Amino acid sequence: MKEGRPRSFYVLAVFFAAYVLFLYGPMIAIYVLSFQGPQGGLTFPMNGVSTFWIAKLFQGTGIVDLGAAFRRSLLLGIIVMIVTVVLSVAAGMAFRRKFRAQSILFYSAIASLIVPSIITSLGISLEFRIIDDLIKAHWNENFETSMGLLTSGLGAHLTWTLPFGLLIMFAIFNRFDPRLEEAARDLGATPWQTFRHVVLPIILPSVIGIGLFGFTLSWDELARSSQAIGAVNTLPLDLQGLTTTVTNPDIYALGTVISAVSFTVIALALGTIHVLNKRQAAKGSDAGQGLV
Amino acid sequence: MSEEVLQQASPGLIPGSGTARAAKPTRLSPSFVSWLQAGPMMLVFLAFFLIPLVFVVIVSFWDYNEYQLLPAFSGRGYTDTFEGCIAQLPDLCTIGKTYLKTLKLCFMVWAITLFIGFWVAYFLAFHVKSKTWQMGLSLLCTIPFWTSNVIRMIAWIPLLGRNGLVNSGLVKTGVINHPLEWLLFSEFSVVLALVHLFTFFMVVPIFNSMIRIDKSLIEAAYDAGASGFQTLVNVVIPLAKPGIVIGSIFVITIVMGDFITIGVMGGQQIAAAGKIIETRVNALQFPAAAANAVILLIITFLIITMMSRIVDIKKEL
Repeated sequence: MKEGRPRSFYVLAVFFAAYVLFLYGPMIAIYVLSFQGPQGGLTFPMNGVSTFWIAKLFQGTGIVDLGAAFRRSLLLGIIVMIVTVVLSVAAGMAFRRKFRAQSILFYSAIASLIVPSIITSLGISLEFRIIDDLIKAHWNENFETSMGLLTSGLGAHLTWTLPFGLLIMFAIFNRFDPRLEEAARDLGATPWQTFRHVVLPIILPSVIGIGLFGFTLSWDELARSSQAIGAVNTLPLDLQGLTTTVTNPDIYALGTVISAVSFTVIALALGTIHVLNKRQAAKGSDAGQGLV
Repeated sequence: MSEEVLQQASPGLIPGSGTARAAKPTRLSPSFVSWLQAGPMMLVFLAFFLIPLVFVVIVSFWDYNEYQLLPAFSGRGYTDTFEGCIAQLPDLCTIGKTYLKTLKLCFMVWAITLFIGFWVAYFLAFHVKSKTWQMGLSLLCTIPFWTSNVIRMIAWIPLLGRNGLVNSGLVKTGVINHPLEWLLFSEFSVVLALVHLFTFFMVVPIFNSMIRIDKSLIEAAYDAGASGFQTLVNVVIPLAKPGIVIGSIFVITIVMGDFITIGVMGGQQIAAAGKIIETRVNALQFPAAAANAVILLIITFLIITMMSRIVDIKKEL
């Protein structure tokens, strides 16, 4: 390894560092600015340091009820996460065998990923409007709407998170050794036992990754929620609403709080994945250890 | 625990239990199991993606007035959209101009994200030798993707605003006398924010393609006397092409349908394909919104078909 690195390494290393700075620099700027003093404005320099704006956020003196939006987004995020994990793992298992409609499901997922969000969102809103009209016309004249956080909103988010979940499952099973399952079967394990005690422990780190995608993508989702969420707002929708009206660091404080939740979830997930990988590395194989 | 539950529910599934020994274990047929496993996801896509798309197409042919949908066949959604397109020839009508503008934005963002994404992926795949570092640095690129897009847009305000860091820095050093107005709420800031948000979609697939390239091919090229540039053009780029195409499809479709970044970073002043749909919905003109959605869908589909001619997506995943 005495060989020196080529010059292109240094050029690209600088390029990469600049890209990372470009990615994180602006975000860090608003995290810092949310700790402005009470007199501070939207830009640098800092006018003192305080938690005034963040505290103000929690007092609920803002224009909108952020506390309620926060709870709604959290609830939706957790449900989306659970559904994404369960459906993705199940469908991922199905894709290991040939089955009819396989390519329909595959292309639906890919299409759901790349059809512009505004179209999906509009479609869901039209679908629910038409359902509402049907209910009003045939069953109940006083019916309000079937649109809502956990109906149209949940569906809209799933069209965004499930394709990621499925693609991650493909990546997992691409490098999964099927002989492990055959061995389990040969030893008399039922399909469920094989899944529970052999497959699941091996894929668990990646499954947590799917959960991470499920929660964070839902927590920050905006484009698909915009038309399909119904009367109530999620946190990102409130934040977007603030961009046109707010002239003080309120908005940065809100951004910092939302990001804090994201970073907590990311850290938790990555930490768990790390621990699981370590445990697998330590206990996973007894190859070469002999019988004694 | 789980086996106990399963055994109570259907004892036949557990071989080794008394009942199962007596009778032959009832196995579910493999195709039934597949349906059970894949069915729920299929249902979600059916209910919240495929049927809604059908409704978009149907409603685009409905009539409307100021406040409601009228379920009767009408081409008004489309005629309203293309209003004046023939009368104003050879000048472009509003929809034509808007699409031209969107395509222009799209092209700029595509070219920039491709350049950045390619070299970032190249660095990660070929220059970072240790697996741990490779993981760590890829993660560094991924983490912002898990955070809010709106926040990452707002984050440019303190930097690019009238009194932002860039302007005050430039004024202080005497490069300019007055703050630059075009830094924020302009086409420039829209492109900047789109690149900032979506280069990730370019990096991941290109990195995926590059990591699969057999390193000995590159050594072979060098041994055969190829220069670094020749190796890049004749070996690396052709083998990374699937990733480049997939990344390009992601970026182009995102930008074609974007209305949030263009809205927030353009100060709600820049027209774009996605924004027309939003404006029509806000005016409760659903058939017109749906007609625009159909047009956008067709154009997006054409772009994807053209690009997937170059590469078989299914093979690459």
